[in-house]
Amino acid sequence: MAHGPAKGISRWLFTTNHKDIGTMYMWFSFAMFLLGGAFAMVIRAELFQPGMQLVEPEFFNQMTTMHGLVMVFGAIMPAFVGLANWMIPLMIGAPDMALPRMNNWSFWILPFAFLMLASTFFMEGGAPNFGWTFYAPLSTTYAPPSVTFFIFAVHIMGASSIMGSINIIATVLNMRAPGMTLMKMPLFVWTWLITAFLLVAVMPVLAGAVTMMLMDIHFGTSFFDAAGGGDPVLFQHVFWFFGHPEVYIIILPGFGVVSQVIPAFSRKPLFGYSSMVYATASIAFLSFIVWAHHMFTVGMPLAGELYFMYATMLIAVPTGVKVFNWITTMWRGSMTFETPMLFAIAFVILFTMGGFTGLMLGIAPSDIQYHDSYFVVAHFHYTMVAGAIFSLTAGIYYWLPKWTGKMYNETLGKTQFWIAFIGFNLTFFPQHFVGLAGMQRRVPDYALQFADFNMLSSIGAFMFGMSQLMLLFNVINTILAGKRAEKDKVWDGAEGLEWTVPSPAPYHTFSTPPQVK
Amino acid sequence: MAETESNSSVAKTAAKLVVLAVAMFAFAVYVMPPLYYVFCDILGIDPRGSLVAVDENSEMEVDTSRTIRITFMATNNERMPWEFRPNDAVIEVHPGEVAYTSYFAKNTTDKHMVSRTVPSFVPSSSAEHFKKVQCFCFESQPLAPGESADMGLQFYVDPNLPKSITNITASYTIFDITEVANEQKMTQR
Ligand code: HEM
Ligand SMILES: [Cu+2]
Repeated sequence: MAHGPAKGISRWLFTTNHKDIGTMYMWFSFAMFLLGGAFAMVIRAELFQPGMQLVEPEFFNQMTTMHGLVMVFGAIMPAFVGLANWMIPLMIGAPDMALPRMNNWSFWILPFAFLMLASTFFMEGGAPNFGWTFYAPLSTTYAPPSVTFFIFAVHIMGASSIMGSINIIATVLNMRAPGMTLMKMPLFVWTWLITAFLLVAVMPVLAGAVTMMLMDIHFGTSFFDAAGGGDPVLFQHVFWFFGHPEVYIIILPGFGVVSQVIPAFSRKPLFGYSSMVYATASIAFLSFIVWAHHMFTVGMPLAGELYFMYATMLIAVPTGVKVFNWITTMWRGSMTFETPMLFAIAFVILFTMGGFTGLMLGIAPSDIQYHDSYFVVAHFHYTMVAGAIFSLTAGIYYWLPKWTGKMYNETLGKTQFWIAFIGFNLTFFPQHFVGLAGMQRRVPDYALQFADFNMLSSIGAFMFGMSQLMLLFNVINTILAGKRAEKDKVWDGAEGLEWTVPSPAPYHTFSTPPQVK
Repeated sequence: MAETESNSSVAKTAAKLVVLAVAMFAFAVYVMPPLYYVFCDILGIDPRGSLVAVDENSEMEVDTSRTIRITFMATNNERMPWEFRPNDAVIEVHPGEVAYTSYFAKNTTDKHMVSRTVPSFVPSSSAEHFKKVQCFCFESQPLAPGESADMGLQFYVDPNLPKSITNITASYTIFDITEVANEQKMTQR
């Protein structure tokens, strides 16, 4: 029979409830976000002025590496899995996820993976220092001994993601309420369904890459070792065969969130729903055939350069379709600008800029100039921070009243938005220019002429970091002292099954499936 | 009833996805590496050129109208203490003419060691035209403490070498593979 949650800590340890697990994912990812953010603050503090300021170069390398790893695998990915856990059953009218016990496992192995990864700081030789892309032979022949722990941590994260994805696919394909056909599913569900397929396909490839590293390091194979007849370039191919789909794994659920938020605050249905679905699917497909645009400088033959260049350009087409659809949805809508909407609009603008710099990087002959410069850093922060983090923030503000039954503080939310928006652009916009002028990434010092822009970047980064503490404060304040959300349908323009359940969403929902017209 | 039905379809979906995940892992470890070398081969971009011996082709015509200048280089990989150098720094050959040279290696340590040498060619498009009839790079080279050896290389430059190429740099890097070699001996036994 329907019952509430168990008491105390065992509620969280043994829970199979999708809402509990979603909540744990969200809190865990926020903790990782703060950890990764702290590493970023160290990086920006060191780069505040030219010359060696605060940390040893060796430690700086550990900071850039761990910042990337923690943000990608610890903050962004689990946060979206958390949103999926909370929202997918509510959006398709299912009582829970399809495999609730596996759901518990996929969450609870994650903290161990990151504990293991973080513990490398205290090991001899320090934490991984070879960059988040861990190119061999930096990560094999020249790696600190802690690399083995890094490898196992990646294995566990991979297992967690694969289990989470299997769960999501099984839920979406088998647990939809009667009448909820595939083409009626909210876009967030669609984008997650496609993302989950990407994850099941490429996380094993990442696991394969680290497994080959492990064998090279400990078992005398030579996959990536030229001395034994291997090739380090092979590592890059395997890594980016995972890595490029991975960047879409990071952004597609964000596309989904924005596709829920923009119609709600434009009070119009999403423009071009089916084209959105097809665009998402084509982006996912294309993401498998463009990986070597990260490798234009390794010495590919001309045919390879040309192929990967044109294939990369092709991605702009479905991406453009999405951007136009979002803009058209807003066109002549009766728009209001609550916090989620502000983040969603900023997402559209800033992500589009990231897409444009991506196109610039996709042009093989120019990439030879841009590669491994701060221009690349600016590109992927426009896509990942203004893309993934902004869309996550939009989602959190949008659904928070449904989760907690209380309203967040709108003034504080809007203030956070503006500080985040200005801080973000102050941090990353100048990096385009220093990158084009020749400042390399992953170096703790730089030439004097980059000093002013780097100082601006650092100030922006501290602002951005502070704005995230405001988000944390706003969420806690909402839970403890927020005003009650009056209606089930918190936002009057919002559509979807999740708004038909009471606020806060009860522990068990849709025990009898709703009928979808 | 509906419950069990959906349970079994959930299990079916999950099983298919597990198969997909396992297949992708196998693809990464067992298919991608060999596939990579197949592509390198097709595109002719393996900078080492082929690491299998070609037969001496007696019918091949020697193109005396061209002379190719080949510079030999030797590099010690980090942590490889041996003395290692080419016996001829430069050789001039006509395309199609078989030539012989050698590299000198000396184990300067007091340990028994095994080395392996990997070639690389500049310009990289010359790699596939540098044909090795016999090369020390095909095999590993063990040396006792203080022992030295002249390691032979018999080769010719394929007459199909693009006209634009007049100079080839053949660079050999020597690696210490003692550890790997010992491990392999153990597993073979
Ligand atoms: C129109 C779409 C896009 C295009 C054409 C594109 C193109 C590129 C290219 C060519 C590079 C390699 C630059 C270099 O290293 O020289 C690159 C790097 C990168 N991109 Fe994109 N990109 C696009 C969208 C995205 C998105 C949506 C994300 C993530 C959400 C993303 C994340 C990254 C990351 C993380 C890197 C750097 C990886 C590294 O070396 O650390 N990109 N992009
Ligand atoms: Cu890419």
